[in-house]
Amino acid sequence: MTSLCRDCLHHAEAAFRSCPSCGSGRVVTHAELLALSIAHVDCDAFFASVEKRDDPSLRGKPVLIGGGRRGVVAAACYVARTRGVRSAMPMFKALEACPDAVVIKPNMAKYATCARQLRAMMEALTPLVQPLSIDEAVLDLSGTEALHRAPPAVTLARFALAVEREVGVTVSIGLASNRLLAKIAAGRDKPRGFAVIGAEARALLASEPVRLLPGIGPAAAQRLARAGIVTLGQLGSLDAKAALRFGEDGPALAARARGEDNRPVDPVRETKSISAETTFDADLATAEALEAPLWRLCERLARRLAEKGFAAGGVVLKLKTADFASRTRAARLPTPSSVPETLFAAIRPLLAREVDGTAFRLIGIGAAPLVPALGADAGDLADPDAPRRAARWKAVEALRAKFGEGVLGAGRGLRPKR
Amino acid sequence: MKISVDRTVLLKALAHVQSVVEKRNTIPILANVMLEAKDGVLTLTATDMEIAVVERVAGVEVSRPGRTTAPASTLYEIVRKLADGAKVELDHKGGDAPLVLRAGRANANLNVLPVEDFPSMTEGKMPHHFALKAGTLRDLIDRTKFAISTEETRYYLNGIYLHAAESDGAKVLRAVATDGHRLARVEEPLPEGAAGMPGVIVPRKTVAEVRKLADETQDEVSIHLSDTKIRFDIGTVQLTSKLIDGTFPEYERVIPKGNDKILRVGKKAFADAVGRVASISTEKSRPVKLSVSRGNLMLTANSPELGQMQDELDEELVSYDAAPIEIGFQAKYLTDITDQISEQVEFHFADGAAPTIVKDAGRGDALYVLMPMRV
Repeated sequence: MTSLCRDCLHHAEAAFRSCPSCGSGRVVTHAELLALSIAHVDCDAFFASVEKRDDPSLRGKPVLIGGGRRGVVAAACYVARTRGVRSAMPMFKALEACPDAVVIKPNMAKYATCARQLRAMMEALTPLVQPLSIDEAVLDLSGTEALHRAPPAVTLARFALAVEREVGVTVSIGLASNRLLAKIAAGRDKPRGFAVIGAEARALLASEPVRLLPGIGPAAAQRLARAGIVTLGQLGSLDAKAALRFGEDGPALAARARGEDNRPVDPVRETKSISAETTFDADLATAEALEAPLWRLCERLARRLAEKGFAAGGVVLKLKTADFASRTRAARLPTPSSVPETLFAAIRPLLAREVDGTAFRLIGIGAAPLVPALGADAGDLADPDAPRRAARWKAVEALRAKFGEGVLGAGRGLRPKR
Repeated sequence: MKISVDRTVLLKALAHVQSVVEKRNTIPILANVMLEAKDGVLTLTATDMEIAVVERVAGVEVSRPGRTTAPASTLYEIVRKLADGAKVELDHKGGDAPLVLRAGRANANLNVLPVEDFPSMTEGKMPHHFALKAGTLRDLIDRTKFAISTEETRYYLNGIYLHAAESDGAKVLRAVATDGHRLARVEEPLPEGAAGMPGVIVPRKTVAEVRKLADETQDEVSIHLSDTKIRFDIGTVQLTSKLIDGTFPEYERVIPKGNDKILRVGKKAFADAVGRVASISTEKSRPVKLSVSRGNLMLTANSPELGQMQDELDEELVSYDAAPIEIGFQAKYLTDITDQISEQVEFHFADGAAPTIVKDAGRGDALYVLMPMRV
């Protein structure tokens, strides 16, 4: 057994409950502690933590991040979670469970800045960092011992302390031999956790419900349950042929249930689509009412495209009606673009065709296919102004970066005064 | 309604009107042709709500005037398969009664739909009027229609932009089409009456129909138009079409001004060579590279899968006297343009990445702009 103190980084070949060096109780103990090198890093209630960091008066209060009454909870702090609030819960339900919660509109720009800072810190540990979302990443620390003069576990504990000190949020870390187990480990000791899964993986997973596996949703779980499979142990014991009954991915699923996963950590994994969407406080039905949020989404999409170095080869409009039916419509762009005006011009006629008196609760826009930003917005014979629109958008973004979001914008993006 | 008409005459009229009828229709009556018989004239009307074609057939024996609507393509198919020289009788007792077609010993009962339901494309006032020779109209269409765009996003490019303009001090009628990659601009002396016309975008389907009809006449075609509609009177056919409601781009700005590297090359030899080297590139989006130097033109195409091919043009066919240049174009775009040119093709280059002007060296009334591809 090896134990590591996560506060003073003291580690030794022993199993101790509190650190013999500093007395801290934050000790992690595992036989393979110093040998494992795949880590899953997940921020704890990221958006809420950032807001609490910036406003100390929120400490100890339940904080929810999310849109207006109709939106969903994008993040709930741990105080709110003790009252039963979860991410992705409709806001009105969250407020029923936790009426005294402080609801904060998400400030994505701020979270993105924070996330970039975190990303940079991870990339200082290893080049093999694969971001999974804004606040989650998987890292392969194999072969970094010489560089950091410490085994991966120690490097990670040091990283967690540095994040708390420099970024002001906490992370939970899962350390294991592969990505799947690392992810599961990261979820076992939240918040501010550090969990390790080694050779005991299969035994550990055996009694867990199948839903624990990423990729098994309610529908898949139901299908498995009909076949009498409710635990990962049952699923893992299926041989390849038997597993095929559950589809092409069956055998892979069975392997995962045994804790096997050979996906590499791939720092340049392809981004497949970039999108933005918003849920309205009250249903909207007219083109005029829908175009204002659509314009703001075009701006958001343009910004995300720029951040990731992509342009849109086409646009996808997504609408959700008041009775939750989804509609998606797509159009190819004549030349790739990452400028809101051009995206808006392409998506506006798609919206016009859907406006038929139906009330919509959500609108979204996506870029698909994604193409490299290089050569985008060059315009063509029928659109010689494209480069000027791109230059104008760049100028607007530069001004906004300097003076704030509100400094300059198109009239069509203004919110009506209530 | 009861009439008797020559099969050949009826077939020709049906052919004209049925081609605007959409093959798949959600509104049943749009699949029908309206037939009206009165005073020795049979009038046939078909529409897809964007275009309406009306044809008047004179010299018809009308024994009982009247009107009804019947399935256009079925009627056309039946009449087409009747013996040449047959006399066709169309008999409609009125109301819901079927339209009875008799020819020799063949007869058909066709279901009808009420005339009252047939949509009429109200013409409204068409204040502008001018006439073009059928040959001139064909010429304007042929030399521009290949550049019409099919993309949905920029619907205002889905037609030919027809407007009055001034070119080197002369008043002209201009037809312009572009899909963003190439642009065709063709002009004719401004016909009388066209001076005050608004710039209008004539939709692609209308262009195709008018072009077909213009083949059948040597007479003048009379054109009436307003801001929203255009009407062509071609022989016995009257075609009315809605116009595309949009703003055509300011195309003058994309026509390069200072392109001073001029290549003249024999059209046939050039088009043949483009066709030859392009056969190596299965993907139509791959470029043919033109390497031009003093008195020399080399064409190259390559495909990563298939290989590479080049061809060089005879020296006496090539005239070029400027700095060497390498530039790539889509093969199809080159031949679409050379198809409109008779003897000598004239290229005006700026550099390998800038829009290039292509002209017929023999005539100044047509100008094409081509965007190069990276090679």
